[in-house]
Amino acid sequence: MEMVNVKNLKKTYGSLTAVNDISFDIRKGEIFGLLGPNGAGKTSTINMIIGLSRPTAGEIILDGIDVKKETKKAQAIIGVVPDESNLYNEMDGFDNLCFSAALYGMRKEERESKARQLLSRFKLDTAGKRPFKAYSKGMRRKLTIAAALIHSPKVLVLDEPTTGIDVESSRQIREMIVGLKEQGTTTLFTTHYIEEAERICDRIAFMAEGQIVASGTVAELMESITHNHTVRFLINGKAEDMTAVLQSRFDGVEVKAESENSLVMVSERRIPLFPVIEIFHEQGIEVYEGREIRPSLEDVFVKLTGIESSVLKKEKEKGGGR
Amino acid sequence: MNSRIAFWNILKKDIRNYYLKPPNISWGIIFPLSWTLMQLIRSPGQNVLELLPGLISMSVLFGTTSMLAVTITFERSGRAFERLLLAPIGLNTMVLAKIAGTVLFGIFNAFVPVIFASFFIDLSAVNWGLALAAVLMIAITSALLGLLIAVSAEQVFEAQTFSNFFRFPMLFLCGLFIPISKLPMFLRPVSYCLPLTYGNDILNGAFRGANNLSFVLSFGVLLAFMAGLFIVCRYNISRKWIL
Repeated sequence: MEMVNVKNLKKTYGSLTAVNDISFDIRKGEIFGLLGPNGAGKTSTINMIIGLSRPTAGEIILDGIDVKKETKKAQAIIGVVPDESNLYNEMDGFDNLCFSAALYGMRKEERESKARQLLSRFKLDTAGKRPFKAYSKGMRRKLTIAAALIHSPKVLVLDEPTTGIDVESSRQIREMIVGLKEQGTTTLFTTHYIEEAERICDRIAFMAEGQIVASGTVAELMESITHNHTVRFLINGKAEDMTAVLQSRFDGVEVKAESENSLVMVSERRIPLFPVIEIFHEQGIEVYEGREIRPSLEDVFVKLTGIESSVLKKEKEKGGGR
Repeated sequence: MNSRIAFWNILKKDIRNYYLKPPNISWGIIFPLSWTLMQLIRSPGQNVLELLPGLISMSVLFGTTSMLAVTITFERSGRAFERLLLAPIGLNTMVLAKIAGTVLFGIFNAFVPVIFASFFIDLSAVNWGLALAAVLMIAITSALLGLLIAVSAEQVFEAQTFSNFFRFPMLFLCGLFIPISKLPMFLRPVSYCLPLTYGNDILNGAFRGANNLSFVLSFGVLLAFMAGLFIVCRYNISRKWIL
């Protein structure tokens, strides 16, 4: 069942096209990542989905609700975590959560009990009575996520949730996102951390210059750039001597020596490792390592978007790294 | 979705976060008090009752416009205002909740000179129902003016500058301390284009029966201003803050 359906979405600001005719859908309980550098159109896309910005063209349907026509109804089922915390500095953590709950019409007992639950879940129990302005960056981000979850939204939208925060808080946030998936929450999040997207997303869309360049599961995205299977062996014999032996035993496989003790086999078909290892043994050669070489998601991103991974790395550094 | 819960909690949050803070309470007391003293010392022979409507109008105008313009701009620059825009509450509820706190603050401001004056003069002849209605309507129109300013300003200092651009001319043009009849002829039409003129005229009527316009006309014009400003504010918020 599709929870989010985005069709031919477009956003222009004067002559600038921030989002250019993008379409994607997110199934119920899925974690969907929008990956791209700054200026790719991720935040503009999110702002249209959460009703903070009006699409120039296109359609957004959330759980059957047309966001353009029934923005407030749609907002009732969305939880939003913006790229910068948007809670009240003057209020303490508990009051911030209770206030957020009140905006969704929750009654006093209900909002206080939910606020306590969330503070405990995010290990912020003791910080609950401290003013928000006294929180560390990681704590601020966790409380902002807690505020987004206060009304148990069906769809959670997170804009760069782990940018610039400490390793432990990032890990907790990732665990929380995965935990919410188990409870059926649909999650859309943007990031420029490729490895983060790879680790937790069911599906990913690469965005560049306002367009979705490619989307799919990590496996599908990898498949899209490579049709060959490659295995590499590290051995204690001369790799050069073994190339001809292996070449003669496997049809349709190209064997190349990479270095003195390393060789690779490339084929359109999957190459089983054990038969190859047996041949090495027959030749009295010991195998230290044999493994299939896959392109990284970063390779796929670079190939499909034409954007050097160094661009994303610089943004990571700007965000504070992790 | 219970809008009343959201409305009440926005109002409570604003009162706690902004209006009940010591600097604002002291502003709410010191500003009207110092103006009252200044006027009394400057014109010792003048009837306090003649001064009160102007002082009340000015206190409400300054209290409400600055507070709303500054608090909203402050919330917007810290992005906390986004939380309200993202909530499933209608723009009408949000606008009404935001101005409600300011209106209460304005009413509090209005009664500082009244309480002070009560030590010197007999206020038993004042039509309090009329006075309260006038104060309420001045507070609402001024709060909406503050909101209009907040929509146009990006930074707190901009909001303050814009507010002064409106407020200071109104001190002279709305008959608060200088009767409109004493203004140069070419300025008089401008006076009648400003809501405070009508609110102040009702107060003059309520305090000393010296209104120049009929109450029905003044209330009618104030209601029209309230409705007009509300529609413009709502439209501007929707156009400027939901891009």
